[in-house]
Amino acid sequence: MTDKKIRVLVAKPGLDGHDRGAKVVARALRDAGMEVIYTGLRQTPEMIAEAALQEDVDVVGLSILSGAHMALTPRVLELLRSNGQMNVKVFIGGIIPDEDLSRLKELGVTGVYGPGASTEDIIRDIKIAMAG
Amino acid sequence: MTSSESILRGDRLALARLLTKVENDSPDGRATLIELFPHTGKAHLIGVTGAPGTGKSSLVNQLALHYRKAEDKRVAIVAVDPSSPFTGGAVLGDRVRMRDLSGDPNVFIRSMASRGSLGGLAQATANVVQVFDAAGFDIVIVETVGAGQSEVDIARLAHTTLVVEAPGLGDDIQAIKAGILEIADILVVNKADRPGVENTEKSLKSMLELAHPTTRVFKHHGTYMSMSMPESNQNANLWIPPIQKTVSTEGKGIPELVAAIARHVQHLRSSGDWTLRERTRLEVELEALIRDSLMTKFREDISSQQYEETLEKVIQRNISPWEAVRMLLNGRLK
Repeated sequence: MTDKKIRVLVAKPGLDGHDRGAKVVARALRDAGMEVIYTGLRQTPEMIAEAALQEDVDVVGLSILSGAHMALTPRVLELLRSNGQMNVKVFIGGIIPDEDLSRLKELGVTGVYGPGASTEDIIRDIKIAMAG
Repeated sequence: MTSSESILRGDRLALARLLTKVENDSPDGRATLIELFPHTGKAHLIGVTGAPGTGKSSLVNQLALHYRKAEDKRVAIVAVDPSSPFTGGAVLGDRVRMRDLSGDPNVFIRSMASRGSLGGLAQATANVVQVFDAAGFDIVIVETVGAGQSEVDIARLAHTTLVVEAPGLGDDIQAIKAGILEIADILVVNKADRPGVENTEKSLKSMLELAHPTTRVFKHHGTYMSMSMPESNQNANLWIPPIQKTVSTEGKGIPELVAAIARHVQHLRSSGDWTLRERTRLEVELEALIRDSLMTKFREDISSQQYEETLEKVIQRNISPWEAVRMLLNGRLK
């Protein structure tokens, strides 16, 4: 098996302690044939960027339910860029109000998924982003 | 700057990217491995194996912390987790237990999926270890997939193999079965604050008293390779695996474990076993490479049509697999 695997970091920044959603997504991406690095709860943006670098991932998936997405996301994006990982696509899942969507996209987030989003959509969007 | 130069200068992004290429066995990655090879052979390779849930990742976390704080050594960790046999995907979760190590530029953790390999490591793990060795890491810790009784590849790769046990995982018959316990240079009884720890320790002790082989025979892809102790000191300098008790969530027993690892290194050096292990490791690797390239050459040499036709004859029971091999190899590889 020498084909290039899609490597995804699934991380939970911030202080909320609910990682069920992150685990569901991790499992779904695994079943879609991706290699998912799961880092657990309460990660700082610095920890996430460091893990993304060491693991040379293609995608970072952030699960944020605390409402702190407008503080945490820009910091993660900035650190990824300053580490030279401009190529990494960032996806967000969680409770994200509609009015923040356009700002997040402007910052460079590739996809945002709220409650009820289907894992098939996430998988499809990751594959499109990788192909493009 | 070439990739290998960047690695030798300590560029972490270049290192991470090279690891991906090596993992995918790309031609680019291979070329860099060739350039880096002269720089390898300096790191101490520590293998950590054991059944799922014995606390391997937490133990690796504590070991790395100790090496950083007490000895200021640069530490790389390769953590292997299984790939799904059905989808090829994987969830790699060893980093969850290693968060204490984040923020330290002298630690580098890389998760690897086993990608269909069955010996407890991935095919490319040995090459990934070589890259870390060349990049100047003093200690490379390899954590295998949660291993049962036959995932013993790690013993060929590591200088020092730790087998991690925990109380309550089986009786003393498990301890005298062949396999994973035999490859231990050091036995670690983790979660030693749990009930039943005395029994676990006792059965491991009696296992060690029953026998200690003087020759190691390794099976690699169907070939047995034996590795005997140097004759001069077969009895005088025999290494008896110590049993170390730890509670890795609390860091208990870690300094003692590190001391035992240091004693093992000293033993390897003084007995000549270090050179012997290096030799065996490289020999196994060379043999695997020869096998791969012969296979590639064979595939290039024989049309898939010819191959399919022969296979069909075997399926129809017209010829046996042995005759098929003779027909396919006829005149080749003389």
